[in-house]
Amino acid sequence: MSTSKKAIWVFGDYRNYFQNRVTLQLLSRARELAEKIDGMVCAVVFGHWTDEWLGEALSNNPTFCGVAKEYIAHGADRVYLTDHSRLAAYSMETYVFLMERLARQEKPEMILIGATAFGREFAPRLAKRLDTGLTADCIGLDINKDGLLIQIAPSFGGNLVAEIITPQRRPQMASVRPGIFQEIPHDHNRTGEVINVPLPRDIPADRVRLVRSERRLMREQKLEDASLVVCGGRGMGSKKKFAKLFELAELLGGEVGATRPAVYANWVGHEALVGQAGKQIRPQILFSFGVSGAIQHTAACNNAKFIVAVNKNPEAAMMKLADVAIVADASQVCAALIQELKRRLRLRQ
Amino acid sequence: MLKIVVCLKQVPMVSELPWDPVMGTIQRDIAEGMMNPACRSALETALRICAAEGGEITAVTMGPPMAEEMLREAISLGAARGILLTDRKMAGADTSVTSHILARAIKMACVGFDLVLCGFSTSDSETAQVGPQLAEELAIPGVAGADGIEAFGRTVRMQRSSDNFIEIMEMDLPCLITVTEGEFAPRYVPLGGIQAAFEDGEILTLTAADLGCDPEKIGVKGSATRIMSVTSPTAVKKNLVLTGAPKRIVEQLFARFEDKIGGAIGRDLKAEKTK
Ligand SMILES: Cc1cc2nc3c(=O)[nH]c(=O)nc-3n(C[C@H](O)[C@H](O)[C@H](O)COP(=O)(O)OP(=O)(O)OC[C@H]3O[C@@H](n4cnc5c(N)ncnc54)[C@H](O)[C@@H]3O)c2cc1C
Ligand SMILES: Nc1ncnc2c1ncn2[C@@H]1O[C@H](COP(=O)(O)O)[C@@H](O)[C@H]1O
Repeated sequence: MSTSKKAIWVFGDYRNYFQNRVTLQLLSRARELAEKIDGMVCAVVFGHWTDEWLGEALSNNPTFCGVAKEYIAHGADRVYLTDHSRLAAYSMETYVFLMERLARQEKPEMILIGATAFGREFAPRLAKRLDTGLTADCIGLDINKDGLLIQIAPSFGGNLVAEIITPQRRPQMASVRPGIFQEIPHDHNRTGEVINVPLPRDIPADRVRLVRSERRLMREQKLEDASLVVCGGRGMGSKKKFAKLFELAELLGGEVGATRPAVYANWVGHEALVGQAGKQIRPQILFSFGVSGAIQHTAACNNAKFIVAVNKNPEAAMMKLADVAIVADASQVCAALIQELKRRLRLRQ
Repeated sequence: MLKIVVCLKQVPMVSELPWDPVMGTIQRDIAEGMMNPACRSALETALRICAAEGGEITAVTMGPPMAEEMLREAISLGAARGILLTDRKMAGADTSVTSHILARAIKMACVGFDLVLCGFSTSDSETAQVGPQLAEELAIPGVAGADGIEAFGRTVRMQRSSDNFIEIMEMDLPCLITVTEGEFAPRYVPLGGIQAAFEDGEILTLTAADLGCDPEKIGVKGSATRIMSVTSPTAVKKNLVLTGAPKRIVEQLFARFEDKIGGAIGRDLKAEKTK
């Protein structure tokens, strides 16, 4: 099975496909990285009837047949597929076992894993088993002049970004939050091979028993998908003032996001958190009020097409990122915006 | 009687740091330590399991000497003893090395443990990796991100929500669980509790040598990854700077960008009626 070409593996995390496209985003970036090392892109899929997993949802799409083909259409040259009834539900222990076995056999150069809840546990366990390094929550990936994976991640709890490599051990591993890379469009003319990997006979029994698993109603991704986001930080000053952002967002038909201090201060719920520990947003327009612009926050919102930042401090990092930097009191500008919008929207009626 | 190990980490109390409201900067250098919130939930879970099933809690932390106060706090809340892993050689440990050191300590000083509880993640790193890696090191089954845990006899049952799924799972002891900040409101330290813990609490301090750690495998040296460069990503856009009275600013903003903002939200925001 092995080829001499260096392989970049992407873990096929299909369980929440459609809501969560991180696997496709990683395949896309892996393609670009593969060009640089003259390597190939492989997806690894474990499951049961994975061909039909997406079949239902995609039955109106005649070009679709199965997860493996889907990954090929999005950039994989090869898909390793283990399809077995034991794999009908995601299982951490079993998946780690299978991935370790396959990686030891095929010796990939790199393994990229989406930082879904599953991926965030899967990646460190796998790294431990393979006795290799892992950089979690990367905000960028690249290749250096020696052909090594540059893992770009926020660091030291401050406003810094570190470039990290795994000099000796293999594979080089990184996990990446959803929404950092752009997927390449589905191309059903792309070809690739599907390698069926049988379930190993010596696979140990799962020590964790899944008693029940219920799919929740599809979690709405309002904030992630919003075309306009109003985001508030500590500079909003108080819960009462922060609440004004909801009024503004409503007028603008957008969603409210927040930084961690605003969430910690209980001005808003955790679901509004934008950043490394929260959500990734990519709105057309981002209004940012009283936010300093720490990397853990900006890495999740700097894809916004147009940023208006309000801050008392013109030197704040968020102001440097902004297309319009407003040097003023955040809640006063918020109030003035509400007033002006009301006036203009009333004119339309 | 269950032997429970709780892994605790002290983190800087960033959200409560003195803050200069004029310039909006935080004085990080005087950061005080506190028990990481999810670790507090892990401890609370352990205390409840002990109350229900009977048991004894050992609190373990790797950190600077000042982390001892957090162990005293844990003792005042009901832990039987604390283990402090402190050594300059451990400084700079990544998650893999941290879990390796914790595992050595648990194997050495908590022989016959039944349950290991960790926080789901820490506020100063947010990696959520130490728990799962510790389960690997100890070669015991583990589940990350549990919201609720119950123990009956030699079985634990937990619930978690993970990627749009609500899962209920069971494992047999010994096992490891990481606990989210969710459900239980952690209890407060009883008055005089920490003081009493300072006087009577049993704390065992261990160094890398005590643990028999291979110096090549711990601290920065043991890490498989290497930091090549650290930069401050101040991408500077050519931007428009607006200053002055808020009302004026907003007028200018709309004058320039009413089409853009209106376009993004699909509404006409022009000031004059254009019919
Ligand atoms: C591991 C880790 C993960 C993290 N994850 C996240 C995350 O997911 N999301 C996140 O947001 N943060 C995260 N953080 C925290 C992050 O590093 C910053 O501390 C945080 O984003 C700062 O929030 P802030 O901008 O609201 O507050 P501050 O940094 O305190 O900034 C407040 C800003 O408001 C301005 N200001 C003050 N008063 C006014 C006023 N009256 N009018 C206008 N402006 C004013 C100030 O000039 C300042 O720029 C994480 C940190 C760590 C260590
Ligand atoms: N230095 C440490 N000492 C003890 N426990 C730790 C340490 N670091 C992490 N942990 C445990 O691992 C959990 C998750 O940490 P993290 O992987 O850093 O997000 C914490 O809540 C602790 O229970």
